Amino acid sequence: MKLTLHIWRQKSSKDKGHMQRYDLDGLNPAMSALEMLDVLNEQLTEKGEAPVEFESDCREGICGTCGFMVSGVAHGPMKGTTVCQLMLRNFKDGDELWLEPWRAKAFPVIKDLVVDRSAFDRIIAAGGYITAPTGSPQDANSLPIPKEDADRSMDAAACIGCGACVAACPNASAMLFTSAKITHLGLLPQGQPERDRRAIGMVAQHNIEGFGGCTNIGECEAVCPKEIKLESIGRLNHDYIVASVRNRTNVKPVSHTSKYKRDPLHVES
Amino acid sequence: MKLDARCPTGPIETRWDRARFDMKLVNPANKRKYTVIMVGSGLAGGSGAASLGELGYNVKCFCFQDSPRRAHSIAAQGGINAAKNYQNDGDSIYRLFYDTVKGGDFRARESNVYRLAQNSVNIIDQCVAQGVPFAREYGGLLSNRSFGGAQVSRTFYARGQTGQQLLLGCYQQMEAQVAAGTVTMFPRHEMLDLVVIDGKARGIIARNLVTGELERHLADAVVLGTGGYGNVFYLSTNAKGSNATAIWRAYKRGAAFANPCFTQIHPTCIPVSGDYQSKLTLMSESLRNDGRIWVPKQAGDKRPANQIPEDERDYYLERKYPSFGNLVPRDVASRNAKYVCDEGRGVGESGLGVYLDFSDAIHRLGADVVKDRYGNLFDMYQHLTAENPYEVPMRIFPAIHYTMGGLWVDYYLMSTIPGLFVIGEANFSDHGANRLGASALMQGLSDGYFVLPYTVGDYLATAKPEKTTTDHAAFAEAEQQTVAMVQKLMNARGKRSVDSFHKQLGKILWDKCGMARNAKGLSEAIGEIRALREEYWSDVKVLGSADELNQGLEKAGRVADFFELAELLCRDALERNESCGGHFRDEYQTAEGEAQRNDEAYSYAAAWEYQGPNAPAALHKEPLTFEYVHPSQRSYK
Repeated sequence: MKLTLHIWRQKSSKDKGHMQRYDLDGLNPAMSALEMLDVLNEQLTEKGEAPVEFESDCREGICGTCGFMVSGVAHGPMKGTTVCQLMLRNFKDGDELWLEPWRAKAFPVIKDLVVDRSAFDRIIAAGGYITAPTGSPQDANSLPIPKEDADRSMDAAACIGCGACVAACPNASAMLFTSAKITHLGLLPQGQPERDRRAIGMVAQHNIEGFGGCTNIGECEAVCPKEIKLESIGRLNHDYIVASVRNRTNVKPVSHTSKYKRDPLHVES
Repeated sequence: MKLDARCPTGPIETRWDRARFDMKLVNPANKRKYTVIMVGSGLAGGSGAASLGELGYNVKCFCFQDSPRRAHSIAAQGGINAAKNYQNDGDSIYRLFYDTVKGGDFRARESNVYRLAQNSVNIIDQCVAQGVPFAREYGGLLSNRSFGGAQVSRTFYARGQTGQQLLLGCYQQMEAQVAAGTVTMFPRHEMLDLVVIDGKARGIIARNLVTGELERHLADAVVLGTGGYGNVFYLSTNAKGSNATAIWRAYKRGAAFANPCFTQIHPTCIPVSGDYQSKLTLMSESLRNDGRIWVPKQAGDKRPANQIPEDERDYYLERKYPSFGNLVPRDVASRNAKYVCDEGRGVGESGLGVYLDFSDAIHRLGADVVKDRYGNLFDMYQHLTAENPYEVPMRIFPAIHYTMGGLWVDYYLMSTIPGLFVIGEANFSDHGANRLGASALMQGLSDGYFVLPYTVGDYLATAKPEKTTTDHAAFAEAEQQTVAMVQKLMNARGKRSVDSFHKQLGKILWDKCGMARNAKGLSEAIGEIRALREEYWSDVKVLGSADELNQGLEKAGRVADFFELAELLCRDALERNESCGGHFRDEYQTAEGEAQRNDEAYSYAAAWEYQGPNAPAALHKEPLTFEYVHPSQRSYK
């Protein structure tokens, strides 16, 4: 099959960037979108042109490394799918696709389709965990957890941290990502002692990183490859308000450790 | 080189306790004076970095991905074994130990395996405390399922995403240490050399993958948790970035490489669909709990599965291995799939596939229960193949999945270079010649949480590394070597892409050193690999520059190492004149086509020592003795 691609090319964070057109022929409908880019890169290499840099690792939809906009939709048109599992059979012969990196102030472009998502790690470091030092726990079955709670916790824990929610949101908010962790841990009895600190700390870090606020648009849920539910943001809001009322605001945000952050101006440290 | 495994003696049940008591301790106030480098952030590296940080050491953790949460442990699907005996079905630490030694075809070290089985119990406690949402029963207690090579239910799981949940658990624990200031994370950094000073591992040279800068990092001990080398085959279930560069360059600095020929082929992967294919996707072994594997009885039967009547189907695993049935270990299941395909009974367009059929399970349990157990795997299958496994049987075929071989380590997980520790899949120690399903996660976490934190302390307290700086001549020398290699790759300016070479290398290995090997093929492979390697260095084409994000350059360095490793892999396979576990030599099989070991001659771990760029590696043997589980012909009949 034939496809026409328009791909965002940007040499570095300092470059302005532009869309570049590529015509591909002889594609197999059983290829993934990433294998299509592999084919393109082989051709570019042959011609001596710089290959398109894009990220991927597991290529089975679980590591969260890959992701870009396909004609304006994060991870492309298929529901519950990352681009590594977006097969070309979902497109028509002769289709024209526009591939662009995630666009958000908190995700600066490093090169071509590669962006810096280290802000997500810092949000986790700001409270997205349960403190359980190695060696301290009791027997696993001494804490029964209702199956429904464990299942709903698992639904939220399925987040792969790819950043599609941010890219889809008109406000570039990372509330779905942040709330998925708050929901995962908050539904479990082990997560209760730090619940207030977690909500305050993670939301504070989210804001420091330059992500926007949530205005309940729901684009994030629509593109999430793991189908994380919007209601988890409701849980986040609940936990945040409760924690604020209890006045647990003494949580320190994590400092910026990213050396290659392009635009540190938005940091209010 | 002298191999001293430093295994404790005496009753196996108390070996680890006694070893721990005999270890030297580092005073709590002194721990922060030591720096430990952790390369890799998967289950082994992440849990190790978190635990060392909690103890108070300064930890610098490196990963090539954009975040430590991407490490390929995340893709493990099925589960993690633990001898909890929650099912009251007769499990015990001793039984897990026994199953693992037997499953590894008697090529693992008994002391290590026993410790692994002991630690398995604590791992589950640790993970639950962190909030890992394991599957549960309605009563709120943890659920279990069965995996290959075992007749008890001891596998804990989180849907088909167990690796993801365990990794996120230790990633979060490590991020808490990042916040606490004990762990410093270096994402998008790749280790390109090990720095050895006065015979001790003292640091690494790492390339910042965004800027291309080479950085010198000093430490008192270096730990490699960088995973396996399955990508030497090009097509494997590993992630695209998984590579052997860290362990290979440590090997070239003097760390022995053990049993490279012990590679595992996983029986249930989605078959290859075309030349463009970039990786193979695993379908969890847990599917063999409820799925039945079959092929048509008649060779060349091209009818669709649902038109082949029951009596014309051959459920060959159930027929040949009635007591384990579809749950035989991976090496046995893979080999049998190869046999039926060789007989012309394979299914699918290429004839390289067998059916994994859920119609009985759906009939017996209902589609809802099947969906609850395997829903995400079925969805993934449907995404990739456009076939609905609720209606037609899955097609599966074996693929390279895991490597039991790796850097040689002693009981304390230290390599032959003092101060260099190797954990998880990167080392060779616990799985012998074949790893049982749901044991990789167990080993990664056992090493990182419950072994390394003690043994690193013992080393530091005993060796007392001297003060030095990154200005030391050894750092300069290692950096120069790295620069030279990068320049050589950039300056080759040949005609062929890195991937085209990698595919060709992978094909040689898969054809001649894959599911079955023989002396003739292996000798040919070695010649072909050498010739291709020479061509590589003169004809590879890397575009762009070395001082920017350049994925082509990253791949080029990794593939250069794969070439050298591939040759050692074949040599090791050639040297081992027996079949055992994942290493199957055509010349050595029983009348029924099972692996035939030669315990008298080959009951050892083969540890290879680097001898320089143009000299063959030297073989050292660590004899394996079995005091508890006596070697016998493995039978799953």
